[in-house]
Amino acid sequence: MNALVFRLTLPILFGYLPLGMAFGVLFTTQLDYAWWAAPLMGVVIYAGAGQILAVSLLAASAGLLEVFIAMFVLNARHLFYGLSLLGQFRRAGWKKLYLIFGLTDETYSLLTSRARSHDTLHELDVDFRITAFNQVYWVIGCTLGALLGRNVAFDSTGIEFALVALFIVLTIEQLKALGDAFPVWAGAAAAGIAMILLPAAHQLIGAIAIVTAVLLLQYRSLRPKSNAEGRSHV
Amino acid sequence: MSDTSYLVAFIAVAASATFATRIIPFLFFERHTEHPLVKHLGRFLPAAVMALLATVFLQRSGNWAAVVPGLDAILAGALVVGIHLWRRNALLSIATGTAAYMLISQTGVFEVGLVG
Repeated sequence: MNALVFRLTLPILFGYLPLGMAFGVLFTTQLDYAWWAAPLMGVVIYAGAGQILAVSLLAASAGLLEVFIAMFVLNARHLFYGLSLLGQFRRAGWKKLYLIFGLTDETYSLLTSRARSHDTLHELDVDFRITAFNQVYWVIGCTLGALLGRNVAFDSTGIEFALVALFIVLTIEQLKALGDAFPVWAGAAAAGIAMILLPAAHQLIGAIAIVTAVLLLQYRSLRPKSNAEGRSHV
Repeated sequence: MSDTSYLVAFIAVAASATFATRIIPFLFFERHTEHPLVKHLGRFLPAAVMALLATVFLQRSGNWAAVVPGLDAILAGALVVGIHLWRRNALLSIATGTAAYMLISQTGVFEVGLVG
């Protein structure tokens, strides 16, 4: 099973090693803290953009309330990810907390896109291993970057495109599995609108908010009658 | 507060904020797993999120100051789409697109080559 998991997560290895290293290098070159704090952050925070933001917050000795708000807002898109995994994670038992903790963009993408059999417990075990493999890649990257610092010599410029390519491939796979292009176009259009209207830091959450609103409207137009009791969960 | 205790407190706070964003939907919506609206979002949201992540990160990986703005990202992205539709082998599509992008950005062909 681990060979299968490794193959599934290989594109994430190519993305997480260089990005984790970029964070580690940033951490040791910008800050005076001990190197091991970088991998520690990879273990307990585990968020790419979040940790890079954390470096600038640490450099500014930001107040803890400010830190909480900044990190929460930056990662707010994850609020929407769980919504599509409520059913999938329900029978995961003790693994569930870790599955939720490790829900990065990339892990979410793999878990919602891969083919699944009817053996729920087995598939949850695969989900768990995918999450763990991805975090191991990330922590290794953070560690290498923090230890090597400025001495990183190899030219891996551009390798992080692996994550962009992964998102493209998974979009195609979602499209084929769903047989409905509407959410894909809605997602791309929402991204376009967010990129025009919002600064870079708020584009992802803005786009997700827009596309969720679109899907809610679509839901209402598809079910005009059956909501007679008028309950709303949003 | 000493340096180390600030660092420890900082990491704890940052970790809680990040974990909060991931666990909140499970705390508030788990009882509604069978609700048709939650099922609707569960079915369509992943495809929409994937498309928007692809769009945003593709745009960010482009060099928009080049002779042909964004050609590096667009070319590599198109290669991923083309190869994936052709062979439908995820690793092959990703590896080829990434190699092409690395080649373009490391050689800088689109920055110097055309201008001379």
